[in-house]
Amino acid sequence: MGLGLGVMRTIEFLLLIIAILSAPVLSDLILSKVERRIDLTSQIARIASTIKAENDGSSSVSEILLSIPEVQAKNLAYLTAKLVEGKGKAKTSGVALAVEPANPKGMPPALSFYTMILPKPLANGDSVTLDVLAAFTHSLRPFPEKITQADIQLVVFQDTAHYLSPYPVKVQSLTLKLPDARIESYTKLENTKGLGSEIKYGPYENLPPFSYSPVAIHFEANQAFAVARELVREIEISHWGNVQVTEHYDIVHGGAMSKGEFSRLDYQSKPQIRGASAFKHLVAKLPPRAHSIYYRDAIGNISTSHVRGDSKKTEILIEPRYPLFGGWKTAFTIGYGLPLQDFVFESEGKRFLNFSFGSPMHDLVTDSITLKVVLPEGSKYLSVSTPFVVQQEEEIKMSHLDIFGRPVVVLKKANVVPEHNQFFQVYYQFNALAMLMEPFMLITGIFFLFVTCIIYVHVDLSISKSSASYLAKLQWDDVRATVQQIQNTVNQCLSTHEKLEASLRDLSRTGDVQACKAARKATDGLLKELSKELKPLISFLQSSPPAAHILPKVEELVAKERELQERLMAKHSTIVDSYEKKLGGRETENRVASVQQKIVALRQDIEDLMEYIDEI
Amino acid sequence: MASPESAVNGPTMTAGAASKSLRNAFGGVIAFIILVLIGVLAFSIRLFSVIKYESVIHEFDPYFNYRVTQFLSKNGIYDFWNWFDDRTWYPLGRVIGGTVYPGLTLTAGTIWKVVNSLNIPLSVETVCVFTAPIFSAFASWAAYLLTKEVKGPGAGLTAAALLAMVPSYISRSVAGSYDNEAVAIFALVFTFYLYIKTLNTGSLFYATLNALAYFYMVCSWGGYTFIINLIPMHVLLCIVTGRYSSRLYIAYAPLVVLGTLLASLVPVVGFNAVLTSEHFASFLVFIIIHVVALAYYIKGILSPKMFKVAVTLVVSVGLAVCCAVIAILIAVVASSPTKGWSGRSLTLLDPTYASKYIPIIASVSEHQPPTWPSYFMDINVLAFLVPAGIIACFMPLTDSSSFVILYIVTSVYFSGVMVRLMLVLAPAACILSGIALSEAFNVLTRSIKFQLPGIAGNPSIAVRMWRKENGSSTVVAPNDIPKTEEAAKEKPAKKNRKKEKENVEKKPTPSKTEKRLLVLPLEASVIAVLLLVLLGAFYVVHCVWAAAEAYSAPSIVLTSHSNDGGLHVFDDFREAYSWLSHNTDVDDKVASWWDYGYQTTAMANRTVLVDNNTWNNTHIATVGTAMSSPEKQAWEIFHSLDVKYVLVVFGGVVGYPSDDINKFLWMVRIGGGVFPHIKEPDYLRDGQYRIDAQATPTMLNCLMYKLSYFRFVETDGKGFDRVRRTEIGKKHFKLTHFEEVFTTHHWMVRIYKLKPQRNRIRGKTKKSKSSRSVSSKRDVRGKRNPWH
Repeated sequence: MGLGLGVMRTIEFLLLIIAILSAPVLSDLILSKVERRIDLTSQIARIASTIKAENDGSSSVSEILLSIPEVQAKNLAYLTAKLVEGKGKAKTSGVALAVEPANPKGMPPALSFYTMILPKPLANGDSVTLDVLAAFTHSLRPFPEKITQADIQLVVFQDTAHYLSPYPVKVQSLTLKLPDARIESYTKLENTKGLGSEIKYGPYENLPPFSYSPVAIHFEANQAFAVARELVREIEISHWGNVQVTEHYDIVHGGAMSKGEFSRLDYQSKPQIRGASAFKHLVAKLPPRAHSIYYRDAIGNISTSHVRGDSKKTEILIEPRYPLFGGWKTAFTIGYGLPLQDFVFESEGKRFLNFSFGSPMHDLVTDSITLKVVLPEGSKYLSVSTPFVVQQEEEIKMSHLDIFGRPVVVLKKANVVPEHNQFFQVYYQFNALAMLMEPFMLITGIFFLFVTCIIYVHVDLSISKSSASYLAKLQWDDVRATVQQIQNTVNQCLSTHEKLEASLRDLSRTGDVQACKAARKATDGLLKELSKELKPLISFLQSSPPAAHILPKVEELVAKERELQERLMAKHSTIVDSYEKKLGGRETENRVASVQQKIVALRQDIEDLMEYIDEI
Repeated sequence: MASPESAVNGPTMTAGAASKSLRNAFGGVIAFIILVLIGVLAFSIRLFSVIKYESVIHEFDPYFNYRVTQFLSKNGIYDFWNWFDDRTWYPLGRVIGGTVYPGLTLTAGTIWKVVNSLNIPLSVETVCVFTAPIFSAFASWAAYLLTKEVKGPGAGLTAAALLAMVPSYISRSVAGSYDNEAVAIFALVFTFYLYIKTLNTGSLFYATLNALAYFYMVCSWGGYTFIINLIPMHVLLCIVTGRYSSRLYIAYAPLVVLGTLLASLVPVVGFNAVLTSEHFASFLVFIIIHVVALAYYIKGILSPKMFKVAVTLVVSVGLAVCCAVIAILIAVVASSPTKGWSGRSLTLLDPTYASKYIPIIASVSEHQPPTWPSYFMDINVLAFLVPAGIIACFMPLTDSSSFVILYIVTSVYFSGVMVRLMLVLAPAACILSGIALSEAFNVLTRSIKFQLPGIAGNPSIAVRMWRKENGSSTVVAPNDIPKTEEAAKEKPAKKNRKKEKENVEKKPTPSKTEKRLLVLPLEASVIAVLLLVLLGAFYVVHCVWAAAEAYSAPSIVLTSHSNDGGLHVFDDFREAYSWLSHNTDVDDKVASWWDYGYQTTAMANRTVLVDNNTWNNTHIATVGTAMSSPEKQAWEIFHSLDVKYVLVVFGGVVGYPSDDINKFLWMVRIGGGVFPHIKEPDYLRDGQYRIDAQATPTMLNCLMYKLSYFRFVETDGKGFDRVRRTEIGKKHFKLTHFEEVFTTHHWMVRIYKLKPQRNRIRGKTKKSKSSRSVSSKRDVRGKRNPWH
């Protein structure tokens, strides 16, 4: 894409040069009226010119040349030209013209040329009105270059009182708008008027091409000379609903260098006088609904910032860690999140990001900006459209759990002013399903982790299947399983005992002796069966050598359990018996007491044994 | 059973109660879940600093570790080992790779690398900030393992829960406190666990792991000498009490051999691992254990009579040899000036040593002996539980429990010498308190369970039945359980009586197990359980308070609450460091007292003269001398060291107490220790340190005073110092050799620049010079600049 553009531009250049060479003399065109207004109220010099051009020659003219002295041209940040349509009050600025740097032959050196290509050639006698806006950075030169804390900051601006043009100019005037402060001096020519903070040169009439009359204005300028030497803006799109913007600033106070002491005392007691040239804070105007705003630098959070928001904008006032005097530097990062639907749109199967190019800071000059648009992983067919020429690259960024990385569009531009805060678009294709890739990856990862754990637990990983320790382990497993079975059986016995007890309680409630006897018979049978079940298990334990140390306990358990059975039976029959004999409760209790004690003791023992075996 | 308690006190109670009754069912799973929760607790209780302040590195030393980690992550491990740092100790520099304990740095660096290789873009700072909380969770788990080896899983869980939130440990491991201790405590406890594990199992596998854990500990912290002295002490104790076994041999011998070899691989330790007296005990015991092992072996193969003969023979020969060896050793040790001990170790053995000979160690507040309240602050109720834990360890005394007793006894002593070693005490206190609490709950809940009529007979059956329903194939009528409960309600009186009889019967019976004997009255046990729960709750409340209020401040950011509830942030330190880093030349040298050295190099990236690694006393004394000299002499000293900026910390405007004026006497002492023309009494009026009108002229003319109070009087017209609560002595003065270049918003940091030498005007200077400083010149001339 970038290459294609370059080739096209080269071809255009060639065409242009051919056109200029073949064109007749430039003086065919005359500027019948030029009005220039230079706004010096901020650190950016903005020159707005209204030019009325007439074709005086025989052939039609399709371009108009602008000339700027090279000294200024290197500071030129922004240049646009618009066609003004209509007359008088109904003037509207219409179509923007293409402005290209040009290099016409036979022109004086030390001048840079730009050409405005008219939408339709200007025929003989026709006239056209143009609005040209140029913004220059670093063109207010501090003078003196070094000041102390108490001094005010004075700057010099130099330009020409006569409009420097390759064409003759009939009528022209120049107005300079300065900040509301002291004006130290300015060059006085004929027709010079100073009106408060405005200085007016002209009108001058009938000047030949390339007439030049230097003027210098020396005035007080205490506004913030905030210059971002470098700004890196990273815009990361997440289709989960967020556009994350991170901006790294490297700020310097571009005004007069501070020299000598900095006294906090003076600064705190009289900040307006003893710190007039310093700036304390910067204001950034973020889009509405900005959230999760942070402001920090390399060594942590900076606590001095304020955020105000309304439905139109979010305004954030940030104070650097210290007030910036001339030449002082600082660096910080701000970041914020924006709702996706405000900036990313879909059209014709393509998605595009519509975002503003420059820094959101108020009145900030950016020497070099790098804009990185990080698209979600899996975006394809990227293309960029910008309202002005920028350097373009592409790279890959690896971020959270990426496999292929996220495509990044890198846009670079030098010398950026707030006028560059125009929207640019990044087009790309993105399948919404790709969004689910990372969660899916995590799920798979954790799934396989569990699967591995399960496999590890269940699969026999021993190398030698015939080694002694392996066999011993197998035998021990068998023993454990058997002991487990025995325990289960004993537990069943115990619960059967409970049934027996329950039948006794039923007896005391209902008095149904027969039912009680039946219950006894049933449990008796059940217990017999259970003890039959125990027999082979015990004999297995006896035969197996690793069970030797556990065997006595198990045998004891079984014996105790059998004893318990007997006692319970005895108790049961005693109670039923005494019930049949209609003996009193106390007497029954007396009869049962000793048995009951034994039962409780046995139960306790069995419990202990079970616990002991469990621990093994 | 455990649920109401656990609601109050989390895992502490659950550990005691739940594991008992439900152990058979799914104790393992519950213990695992509790451990995970303890880990989460340990991690999250340390996040107060991030929530209340921000995710930032704290204090002084962590900044150095952070800087080293940054270097490591940027340049790789080999450059790290070979790193010669020219940003500090100008003009000497410092060999970082060979003088730093690399454990923490390598740990964080590895975490960072792993995380980044998984494409999770965490910054080095984030990793550093959260290393300490992560390792606190590990330390809790290690404490669980250790205590489990000693007294079973119940005690283990309790100890882990206590350690997760013990304030003493929190103070060193909040998020952002990126210091060696953060990982070292984990390494310490884990090494002890592996030692005990080896001792209990006699497995060579664990012995090897133990040596590796010891190696990690050596990498992490100078406190490893505690391990290499405590374990030999325990081995010796075991031998003396006749508990020698092959397990003891396996636990000890490989540790000494492998551990020493591994330790000498760490550059900062190197040959110290065999040369210094700190390691001497381990070798001595190593010899002893071999002698004992040999004796046991010979005893095994000889008849008793022969053995007696052999003993007399060997003892007489052996004594002679021993005497000779000991004499040589003593001669070798005595020939070195510090008897082979490093200054810090000597301070531990003789608490008065540092204040007598090394003011630089004594000047650090964390090297002071602690006060009684600090014990209550740092280990809280554990202080009362520890004695109970010691008693529990004696019933019965095993190899492992004797180790724990030895651990607590030594660490109590060390914590009494230096407040910073309270950190070593904390895990020991937690382990013993865990044992105490767990044993107490064991006894009390058993008593309750044994006596409570409703639960006494039936719960075990109920549990059994419940198990059966779940586990076995036999179908039990579902209405059985309600019936049992009904029965319990039906004849409580009857059962109760029977139980009482049973008690009477059981207590004297010798056949009953030991457990049965420890039955307390029901009411007493219930009340005791409640009191213990209350105690635990009190501990939790205290710990949370300590974590949230006392130990969460990062100390580079201060906050205060204004009357209307607003928060005022004092971010002066970072303001100054940020100014230095952006607005001075990258090779400028900044002089300040050594406290701020690490921060200056890490945050401002400027070269400093001295920093918190106080390895060169003379250099620090030079800075101290400069600070306590009059302006001109100070200028000369600083100029000879290429210093361009001088940074002082001054709290007089906002009342920040730990500023340079309050530390000034230490500068005088340390400076005077090397350069005798600085005399402490010159700065004291009648033995009192003061800066008001009564102060001595030496004090009022020294550089520190002047830099701190320059133009201070103009703030309020009187010069009232809010820290010292007095008006300053000398109010109006000018600086001739320094100029103020930056002062932060609250005046907490003031940076001055050395003025360039004035052009010499022939004749004129001489006159003005001699007339200006007549008196002060005479007595200090000739020795005012130690560098000339």
